[in-house]
Order: sequence, then structure tokens, then C-alpha cells
Amino acid sequence: MPPYKPSKKRQIGVIATRAPAARQYRRMALIIGAPTEIVEGEKRVALTPQSALALRKLGYDCVVQAGAGEAARFTDAAYAEAGVEVLPTAADVWAKADVVAKVRPPEPSEVEMARSGQILISFLYPAQNAELLEALKGKGVTTLAMDMVPRISRAQKMDALSSMANIAGYRAVIEAGNNFGRFFTGQITAAGKVPPAKVLVIGAGVAGLAAIGTATSLGAITYAFDVRPEVAEQIESMGAEFVYLDFEEAQQDGAATGGYAAPSSPEFREAQLKKFRELAPEMDIVISTALIPGRPAPKLWLEDMVAAMKPGSVVVDLAAERGGNCDLTVADEVVESANGVKIIGYTDFPSRMATQSSTLYATNIRHMMDDLTPGKDGAPVVNMEDDVIRGATVTHEGAVTFPPPPPKVQAIAKQQPKKVEESAEEKAAREVATLKAANNRQTWMLVIGAIVTFLVGSVAPASFMQHFIVFALSVFVGFQVIWNVAHSLHTPLMAITNAISSIIILGALLQIGSSSAIVVILAALSVLMASVNIFGGFLVTRRMLAMFQKS
Amino acid sequence: MNPGLVTAAYLAAAVLFILALGGLSNQEKAKRAIWFGIVGMFLAVGATIAGPGVGAYWLVGLMILVGGVGGWFVANRVQMTQMPELVAGFHSLVGLAAVFIGINADIEAGRAMRAIAEGSTEHLAGFAAAVAHKTPVELSIMRVEIFLGILIGAITFTGSIVAYGKLSGKINSKALTLPGRHAINIGAALLCLLLGILYFNGAGLWTMILVAIIAGAIGWHLIMAIGGADMPVVISMLNSYSGWAAAAIGFTLSNDLLIVTGALVGSSGAILSYIMCKAMNRNFISVILGGFGASTGPAAEIEGEQIAIDAEGVAAALEDADSVIFVPGYGMAVAQAQQSISELTKRLRAKGKEVRFAIHPVAGRLPGHMNVLLAEAKVPYDIVMEMDEINEDFPETDVAIVIGSNDIVNPAAQEDPNSPIAGMPVLEVWKAKQVFVSKRGQGTGYSGIENPLFYKENTRMFYGDAKKSVDELLQKIQ
Repeated sequence: MPPYKPSKKRQIGVIATRAPAARQYRRMALIIGAPTEIVEGEKRVALTPQSALALRKLGYDCVVQAGAGEAARFTDAAYAEAGVEVLPTAADVWAKADVVAKVRPPEPSEVEMARSGQILISFLYPAQNAELLEALKGKGVTTLAMDMVPRISRAQKMDALSSMANIAGYRAVIEAGNNFGRFFTGQITAAGKVPPAKVLVIGAGVAGLAAIGTATSLGAITYAFDVRPEVAEQIESMGAEFVYLDFEEAQQDGAATGGYAAPSSPEFREAQLKKFRELAPEMDIVISTALIPGRPAPKLWLEDMVAAMKPGSVVVDLAAERGGNCDLTVADEVVESANGVKIIGYTDFPSRMATQSSTLYATNIRHMMDDLTPGKDGAPVVNMEDDVIRGATVTHEGAVTFPPPPPKVQAIAKQQPKKVEESAEEKAAREVATLKAANNRQTWMLVIGAIVTFLVGSVAPASFMQHFIVFALSVFVGFQVIWNVAHSLHTPLMAITNAISSIIILGALLQIGSSSAIVVILAALSVLMASVNIFGGFLVTRRMLAMFQKS
Repeated sequence: MNPGLVTAAYLAAAVLFILALGGLSNQEKAKRAIWFGIVGMFLAVGATIAGPGVGAYWLVGLMILVGGVGGWFVANRVQMTQMPELVAGFHSLVGLAAVFIGINADIEAGRAMRAIAEGSTEHLAGFAAAVAHKTPVELSIMRVEIFLGILIGAITFTGSIVAYGKLSGKINSKALTLPGRHAINIGAALLCLLLGILYFNGAGLWTMILVAIIAGAIGWHLIMAIGGADMPVVISMLNSYSGWAAAAIGFTLSNDLLIVTGALVGSSGAILSYIMCKAMNRNFISVILGGFGASTGPAAEIEGEQIAIDAEGVAAALEDADSVIFVPGYGMAVAQAQQSISELTKRLRAKGKEVRFAIHPVAGRLPGHMNVLLAEAKVPYDIVMEMDEINEDFPETDVAIVIGSNDIVNPAAQEDPNSPIAGMPVLEVWKAKQVFVSKRGQGTGYSGIENPLFYKENTRMFYGDAKKSVDELLQKIQ
């Protein structure tokens, strides 16, 4: 392992245009290191033997602190086998690694060990950890927050929040089952009938959907609620029933908030709570996953709802870390209400499945490194033009770069404004209005028609008026009759009207007996043309109509 | 035959014509309705010939015979795809006849005047005899009627000829836009009006001949400025005009049957034009003034790409589909693909699939054009649906196949308020699970508007001549 040379620091943080220059450092590969997590109870690790193998292909060497993977069942021996150098202390890892991968945000003691030019990748929650950002900036560390990866399709492979939420959702159901005294699935046994458990999932994000999937596959009848109506389809596709609110308001467009929920209006909240109150007595298990980015968790499952539940029911509050969705939630504890409802407030669901979550998280990190290493040459490039990398980078080159500008690519296609279904009354009102307008129009036309007729009548002789009456009535009859013609018969209609418009032949017939030669010639030509039309028109109509056949 | 009997025959003919048109409300009744029309026409012509005032019977007989044979010949030989041209051609004949009869009326009126002056009205026959009995006011009105008859007749004549030329491909169907074309039209119309006033004040026949020529030029210019896809409106408008021309001549001749029939045909054409305009969400005036295609703002950017597919892929999708909707357009008529499509329909139906056709009111170049073509190819009419009947069924449809239509399936009409066709009712094919578009190449349609449908995720482009493409499908689907 060649010693780290400070001169290479420049290499970190340049954009890809320097790629040819990067190649010459190939032999002195950069090092990715994962120290043991020092937060109490945290069992995950940011590097697994498997991810280390993939990272080596990118041109990196890996180091790990001894025992870092122990809690997640990755032995030091397994790491060594994968070519990872096992270092005895955290300080060694921080000193040796150019890129430090962690799970939890670094503690002050860890920030102490960081050095300028180092890249740190971990969960960071920059909105809540302004001090930490300052400290990292002061150290000159380039920090990428895994929780800031934008939610666009391209970045899904490194979306650690989603992969952790998935585990949390699954584990929540398992924990609920562990504390629930009955089957999930309904059974009819020799010993009697067992009703299926009813599960309500509040919030259909990744965790919610994972919980729905787990609960339904265990056989429970699952209901789900979300403030974003567009997820109804996803909920139903997972096998749960979407709980619709009878509430009229411009519904939230999830796309505007990057696929996350936004706070709702007090009226909406009231309607929501009313619905929950209705559901509470029936539900055996409630799994709440409602979070609003950058705010404390909304209180959705109130004390009276817990009181309304049957004894032995379970509430799992996945939002416990942010204050909880349930009034009674105590973070990291299981409490039992006066009426025997257990409220689970664990905040370490992913950590409770450390092997699984470490594998997924390490893979997320590996994908992040993949994107950071466009040359696949072990030289990370923090390309601030890249939406994903820009979004995740919170400190860079001695500056805090949080919050990032909005990504160029929308997280979710903007919802097309749906046509508002009109209610029966609105429809009736609209019909009345159009009818009224039509009536008005008709009245005006009649008035105008009457005036015109009077004007004509005042100058024209009686004989003309007789013909005029015939004309006007014929137009009316024509309109009435033609409106009833089937659309599919419009071509025959044209052909037949064409044939009968040749009735003009009568005029020619009355003139052909004239003693003027010109008149006779013109009249004869007119008769000829009209006859072509009459015969041609009728015959072709007949031909067409004969073709229309029923199946 | 005395005049009373002739009038009775006219009354019967008028009633029969109304029944003939009314009978077109459904396919089965229509087959009988056509006979009402034929009988009505026979009665009217027969009674006129047998009635007073008609001479030169040998000439009448000859002309009707020649014309009849000609008409019979044309009607039997015409291809159903040529229907639009045929109808346009027929209209031109009515228009020209109206012009001739109008000119004759003036000559005859002149002769009648002279006869009255000489006091020798007894040897006048037919129309001239009728004129001789007119009062001076009636004569003035008659001049107005002659003017109108000739004006409308001439516009119908040249307009129909241009329409015929455009539809049969003998004239470029692109809209001709001369600079200041509206001014030309208005100027010409004013000139006609001026000549009409001169004529009204006794200026003589030359004014009417000039009117015929100028109105002819207006007709030519008007229709030249209208592009191919607006033809359904143009044809129905000309249909309407030929009716009004007949009605005007009816007034001139004081013949009620002509007035009734002309009014029926005129209102029929007017309603058809209205329906067509509605189907294109366009104002009748704007269609007639022509020069369509100027957009009102930048068109929305279209993202994505057109993805092609071969016959194999389409056949596989059809095999898997339970419900299929065909959307035919003018391209099907051009490629003469209707027989192959009918065969494909038959095979798909034999496999128990639901196959239907969605017809947009302005598909093709003539109102109801597609229905006739499909009927000719023996597609049962009860699976051929109107837009309003079928538009809601697209979301439940597995495969929609667009054959030779473009603008009538353009989602921009609904999604892009800046599109020139914004607001036009369209067939919502893109809501089907899969859409195949059979199209000759990548170009835009008649209106020159990009079609975002071709770029949708569920759309595959099936390039090639429509008939050849469908025949390829027939080989794969047995």
C-alpha cells in the first residue's frame, strides 16, 4: 500500500476534464475506510466484504476498523478474505482513508480525526445538524449526505433512505406481530374460527408500502391512508385498501415536494382524524409512518384513538425518533396504555436487522462511489454539475453547500390536473344554463326571423310570399330531418341530396321548348348534366347502402 | 296533364324526398328510403314532361338517355375511395346547370317582355308564358332571384371542380395562399354586388354573364385556399350551395318543388358543414377563408423518441390482446387497405377478440367516408363506432391501431393550449394499453403539426404503406 501523498489532494474535487491526469495515479489507489459506528445500539456498518469487492473494481483499496462488522455478522476474517485491510483503531482508519464511509452522522470525536481533503459519506440530516456542518467545513472535509440524494430515477440505486425505510416497514410489521397475541391471517381450524387481523398503515411512503406488503403477505386485512391521493394506485397494487377521505380541497400534488408529503390544512387534518376515530375500534395493528421533511412528526393517532382500540392491539410508531405520530409514543421503548394497547416506539428498526440493512446500505454507498468515479480509476470526482452529487454534497472546498438548488429533473412527473367530476346538481345546473342559453338564442333568432319576414312581406307581392313560406317551412323540415341522419350514413346522404338537387332539371325542362336557339342549347345541356346527376347519384347511393351489413 | 295534376305530383315528390332523407337515420331503413327518392324524382320529371309548356320532346328524351347512361356508367365504375371526387364532380354539374337556367330565364324574360309589348303573348310557352303574367314588382324580385341563382351556381361550379381536382390529386391539395386573398375575395364579391344592382336596374344580360365569370373566379380561389383535410367541410358546403342554387332557381321559375327540394338539400349541407366544423373545433368562417395552420404560440416541446416496431411485434401484441380498436383515416383510403383490414378483423374476431373501429367525424375527405369504405370491405357496421360512442372505452382497450390518421388522434389538441388544433375533439387512443401507428414515414400530417402521440411510451410506430403492413400482419395471424 503506497503511502498517501498530500500532492494528490488536488485530485479530489476536480471535475472530469482532468481524467487523463487522473490515470497516472492509478497505481497509488485511493482508500475507502469504514470505522466502527460509535453510537450506542447502532449495529450497522457502511462497508461489507461484498461491497468491498465491488469497490476494488472501481480502483479503490478498502480498510475497515477491527470489529466494525461484528454486530452485523461480518467477521474481520471475512473482510480480510475480500482484500480489505483490517486496522485496529478508528484513528487508523480516519488517518489512512481518503474516503470515509459511515452510517450515522459523525460524532464530535470523529470530526476531530477528519482531515482536510477527505471525503465523508454518511447519513447527515444537514437541516438539523447545522453545527456539524460548520465543524466539517472547518476541517475542510467534502461531505456527501446519503439522506440528501435527490429522489430521481437515476439516483434510486443510492437512495439509502428508501432502502432503510423498506427495512423499517418490514420490521415494523414483524415487531407488531411479536407483540400481538393473535394470528395475522384468518383461519378456520378444528379448534374454532380465527378472524384475520386488521392492519392500518398511515403514510404510504417506502416504509408504509413495505409494511403493507409484509402485512398482506402475512394474511392481514390491510388498510392504508396517505394525504397524497396519487399513491392510491400504489397502495392498491400492494394489496391494501386505500382509505378515502370525504374531503373537498385541492388535493396535494406530491410532485411539487419531491414525492414527499407536505403539511396539510387544519380542515383536512380534522377530516383525517375523524376518519381515524371511526377506524380505531376495528383496527388490531396500526403502523404509522407519517413524516414531513424538516418538521416534527404530525400527531395523527391521538390518545382517544388508542383508548378506543381493543386490548391487545399494537401501535408501531415509525416516526418515534421525530416525536412520534402517536400521543403516547416514547422513543426507543414499548409502552402499554391503560386499556392494554402496546405502543412501540423503537427508532432503530434498520439496526435491528443489521445484516440486511448493512448489505443494502453498503450497496448504496458503493453506487454512490460508482457515480463519483466516472473514470473507474479510483479517483473520486465531485462533479457539482451533476444533480445527484450536487444534491448530496453538503460541504465542499471549505464551504457549506447546503441546501442544494432544486434538481433539474423533476422527481415525479407533474400530475396532470384531473378533470373535476361534476356533481349531479352542478351537472343539472349546467344543463339548465345551456338550455336557457339555447332558448334565448332560439328566441332571438325567431324575433329576427319574424322581423325579416315582415320586412320582406311589406314590399314583396303576395305570390312571392307564398313561395317564401314554402321555402322557410322546407328549411325547417330539412333541419329536423337531417339531424336524425346517422353519422355513418353521411356519405350516402351527400350522394342522395346531390341526386335530388338535380330537381333543377325541371327548370331546364320548362325552358327547352323555347323558340330561342341559345335557350334551347343551354336548357338541353342542363337537362343532360342534371340527368347524369340523377342517375349517377341514386345509383351510387344504392350501391353504397347495399354494402352496409350487420354482423 | 293539367296543371292541377302536375302540382299534385310535385307534392307527392316533395313528401317522398323528405321521407328519403329521413330514412337515412339507420342502415336498414335507408335501403328502402333510396326508393322513395327515386320514385319522387320519377314522378316530378314525368309530371313536368307530361304537363303543359314543355316542347322538343325528342331532345329531352335524348339528353335524359345520354345523361342517364353516363350517370349509370360513372356510378358503377367509381371506386368507393373516389367517393369524395365523385360527389364534388356531381356538385359542379348542378352548379353549372343553375347558371345556364338562370341565363335562360333572363333571355326568356326578355322575350316575354317583347311579346307583351307586341301584344302577341299567346304563342309563348313554358317559362316565358309564366313570366308574361308577372307584375313589375314580381319581375324585379325575379331579377334578384336570377342574380342569386347565377352567383351561387357559379361558385358551386368552379368550387366543386377545384375540390374534385384536389381530391383526385390532379391539383396540389396544399392550401394556396395568395397575398391579400381576403381583399381579392371581398373586392370580387363587391363587384358582383355592383353588377347585380346594375342588372336590377335593367342593365341587361352582360352583367349576369360577368357575374357568372367573377363568381366562378371567387369559387375557384376560395377552394384553392383550403387544404386537403378541410375537404369534408368544403364538400358539405358545396352540397349546401347546390341546394340553395336550386331553391333560387325555384323562386325564379315560381316552382315550389324546386324550392322545397333546394331548401332540403341546402339545410342538409349546412348541417353537415356544422357537424364537421364542430368536430374540428373550428369556426365555419375560418375554414371557408382557408389558409389553416398558423399557430398561436410556441408549440409545447415534445420529449421522447419515436420507436419503430415490425410486423412480428404487432402480430404478437394482437395475439395477446382481448380488445382491439382500429382508427382509420384518409391514409387507409389512399393505401386501399380496407380489404386487408377487414380480413384481419375477421380473423381476430374468429379468435374471440373484440374488434371495433373508431371513426372520427372528419376522418377522410367526406363526411362518413370511412364508414362507406369499411362497409365496402364488408366490415359489419355494428362494430364501426362514432367518436362519442367509443372514446371512453380506450382505457380498457389492449391494442389501438391507428391506420393513416394523424390529427384526429393528436393528444396536443387536449394537452397543448398553443397547438393550432387545441380544443378539437380527438380520439383518445393514447389511453389504450398499447398503440400502434401505421404510417408511411416520420413526417407530420396535413396540418403540419407534430403529433406527441408518436412519442408516447406506449406507442410504437409501424412504418410502411398501410396495405403492405396489414398484409404482413395477415401472414403472421392465421
